[in-house]
Amino acid sequence: MSTLHYLVLAPFALAILIPFVYRWFRHIHTGWFVLPLPLVLFVYLFTQYLPFGGEFKTAAESVAWIPSIGVNFDIYLDGLSLLFALLITGIGTLVVLYSIYYIANKKDEPLNNFYVYLLMFMGAMLGVVLSDNLIVIYVFWEITSLSSALLIAYWFHKEKSRYGAQKSMLITVAGGFAMLAGFSLLYIMTGTFSIQAIIEQAGSIMTHSLFIPAMLLVLLGAFTKSAQFPFHIWLPDAMEAPTPVSAYLHSATMVKAGIYLVARFTPVFAGTPEWFWILTSFGLMTLIWGSISAVRQKDLKGILAFSTISQLGLIMSLLGLGSAAVLYNVENVDMLYATAIIAAVFHLINHATFKGSLFMVVGIIDHETGTRDIRKLGGLMTIMPITFTISLIGIASMAGLPPFNGFLSKEMFFTGVLNATTIDFFNVSTWGILFPIVAWIASVFTFVYCMIMFFRTFTGKHQPEKLEKEAHEAPMGLLISPIVLASLVVIFGLFPNILSYSIIEPTVQSILPNYTDEFYVNIYHWHGLNTELFMTVAVVLFGALVFLNLKRWQEATFFLKERDPLNRLYDGGLDGLVAGSQRVTNLQLTGLLRDYFAYMMVFMILLLGWTIFRFDAIAFDFVNVATVSPYLWVITLVLIASVISVPFISNRIGAIIVVGVIGFIIALLFVVLRAPDLALTQLLVETVMVVLFLLCFYHLPELKKEKFTPRFKLTNLVISIGVGLVVTLTAFSAHAMRHDIGVESISQFFIEASKPLAGGYNMVNVILVDFRGLDTLLEVLVLAVAALGVVTMIKLKMKGGEDV
Amino acid sequence: MEILMIITVGVLVTVSTYLLLTKSLLRVVLGIVLLSHGAHLLLLTMSGLKEGAPPLLGEEAASYADPLPQALILTAIVISFGVTAFLLVLAYRTYKEHKTDDLDQLRGSADE
Repeated sequence: MSTLHYLVLAPFALAILIPFVYRWFRHIHTGWFVLPLPLVLFVYLFTQYLPFGGEFKTAAESVAWIPSIGVNFDIYLDGLSLLFALLITGIGTLVVLYSIYYIANKKDEPLNNFYVYLLMFMGAMLGVVLSDNLIVIYVFWEITSLSSALLIAYWFHKEKSRYGAQKSMLITVAGGFAMLAGFSLLYIMTGTFSIQAIIEQAGSIMTHSLFIPAMLLVLLGAFTKSAQFPFHIWLPDAMEAPTPVSAYLHSATMVKAGIYLVARFTPVFAGTPEWFWILTSFGLMTLIWGSISAVRQKDLKGILAFSTISQLGLIMSLLGLGSAAVLYNVENVDMLYATAIIAAVFHLINHATFKGSLFMVVGIIDHETGTRDIRKLGGLMTIMPITFTISLIGIASMAGLPPFNGFLSKEMFFTGVLNATTIDFFNVSTWGILFPIVAWIASVFTFVYCMIMFFRTFTGKHQPEKLEKEAHEAPMGLLISPIVLASLVVIFGLFPNILSYSIIEPTVQSILPNYTDEFYVNIYHWHGLNTELFMTVAVVLFGALVFLNLKRWQEATFFLKERDPLNRLYDGGLDGLVAGSQRVTNLQLTGLLRDYFAYMMVFMILLLGWTIFRFDAIAFDFVNVATVSPYLWVITLVLIASVISVPFISNRIGAIIVVGVIGFIIALLFVVLRAPDLALTQLLVETVMVVLFLLCFYHLPELKKEKFTPRFKLTNLVISIGVGLVVTLTAFSAHAMRHDIGVESISQFFIEASKPLAGGYNMVNVILVDFRGLDTLLEVLVLAVAALGVVTMIKLKMKGGEDV
Repeated sequence: MEILMIITVGVLVTVSTYLLLTKSLLRVVLGIVLLSHGAHLLLLTMSGLKEGAPPLLGEEAASYADPLPQALILTAIVISFGVTAFLLVLAYRTYKEHKTDDLDQLRGSADE
């Protein structure tokens, strides 16, 4: 176990302690006990691994977990992992601090639950980004799904919270399963669960027939987790969670797990055009869908949720565009496409900072006014000046305005999509022109919803009568975290290069490991009067124009409905699944014994019949048969006749007598077939049975003439004839092939050994009590149990007064 | 002789299956009795019905009938007797409690 292992496991260990701490220190907010952990982890990672001008050192540690199947708790820390680990611990610290003031009411809230779930999530997330073993990643991945669902349903008495939790659980776990299948396929192809080992084999598995299925399945997992179209529908409903959770999980960390997975697997899968196309098209689709949907929202968190979806789509499409760099391993050309990867990493950091701060700001507004509805809010600029300033920075960055960091990454995004038009594989040259157009339209809508968010909340008329509380500035404790994040937005915006050398370069290096050229990331604010700048200017002008005319086209029905139309598909699908399974169950589980018996019999007929037919097993042997004596003919024919008559008898005494006759004829058959003991037993048993039948039937009603429909009778007849035929055929074939096996009966031993070994003349009895005495012992036990059962059944009074 | 016995067994199985598929509990019990008869006969038949003395050493015969299937059948007869007896009492008890022996009416209510 190395320090990094303890680092991953530390949150889990603390999560175990939290309930005790919560109980012992009731007067201190539990959050204070949680706060040091992410802080310490952040500082440790920051000081130990972040390169300050020097070389980046990757760390690899291994601990055996299930070595026999290649599952080990391997830690691999490179630039990409470090970036995510810093995000998780850094924003984790801020979120815990924020939550201490946000969920301030110690008495009413189950704080222990909250922090246990949050720590579980933090540990799992660290595990996902730091593990090198696919199975370990999957385990941590599912813990993030689980803890996310727990956190969404934190206020579990609310119907909507439970709905949101269930939805996110179903969608992310379905994706997780697909991912597990993809991982298994990768294992089949490479024989290892280690990602680094898989990357080494990346070139050789490209032509494998399982390569594309594995890619699709892994992508399904990434897309569901990162809320890509059409799996994004869970994210808006996850906004029922407490705001710190939304800020942490649903903007900065968990939804980026899919991004991480895609970036991590870029060296494995990126050599194919399919990867490029799927990532880019789904990313752009998510980008434009999310940004248009965000405009429709009336709830601030709803806007932020769709904004998150849209920005995740942006990052995903950039990763797709950047994968072209792997395809084109030509000098000077790949740098062109690698820009997209740099932009993706940069925007990932930027998004985490400004979206985190915006969620916290929205939480503050909710906290101080009692609502998040933009129709009720307005004119908060002078009432909440600090909140206003933080929002201004965050929103401007989100809209992509200079001098904030969002501007830089948006410029780079435009560069990426413009470069993509020069790619010339797989029809990109014809369709490539769509990339900048879609990106530009999405940016316009991004600008519009940013303006809506800003102007509807902070400008206009203040409407105190619509608010539940009197609006006022938030306490300082709530403001610390968003202030830190907003200052980061400004710092990264003004000095982007402090990021580029320390973290972006090692990250890009780990996403594109075969990228041999030395490269330096240099991010400038001003790079001349180029197309990107004009695009941004056009976005601002056009966006302002759209916003000013908002009233006019917001009347369109598409914008009136707040919920995503895809939800109808999900809800309908879920309801249909329940109703469908109910129908299937009702169809087969009729509650009638006869139906179940018929299923079994039909299955038996089909299985045996098919087997006999398939292996051509029908055989008749008319040679090796004993001759039939005339009196046996008579006995057998009488037997057959009486058996056939049973179903036609409607008189119960008649039926008993006929069944008794059948029993006695069988005893007679035993006599003829030289089985004296059998004949004796059969006679006795049959006599007792007839007596029992008569005793029992005395109390039972008269056999009713059953009124069946002809169809009911016919199916019964067909099934029973089928069963009879199959049994007869099997018996014939078994009899005919009996001698083909070449194994003689062991009876000769019993015949010879009966006298010398057991001292008996009656071989059957010797077998029963001597050679195979155990059977007899247990058979006696069966009789005893049956007798006890009979007594119990007769004496037991179901309703009270048990007298057994 | 084996051919004839196998056909007899086939008839027994057919009729007992038919009885098991009907709605009256009593007919189902009768079907089970007939089915066990069929199974016993099949056991005996499949061991071969060649001529030979009964499996008693006092007979001093050259060949005997196979004693092993007879021992097996003897066990089976006793067990099926025990089961049938229990089944009969169960049917009696069911009728006492529910006042019907129609399996259609014994299926219980829909929400169970």
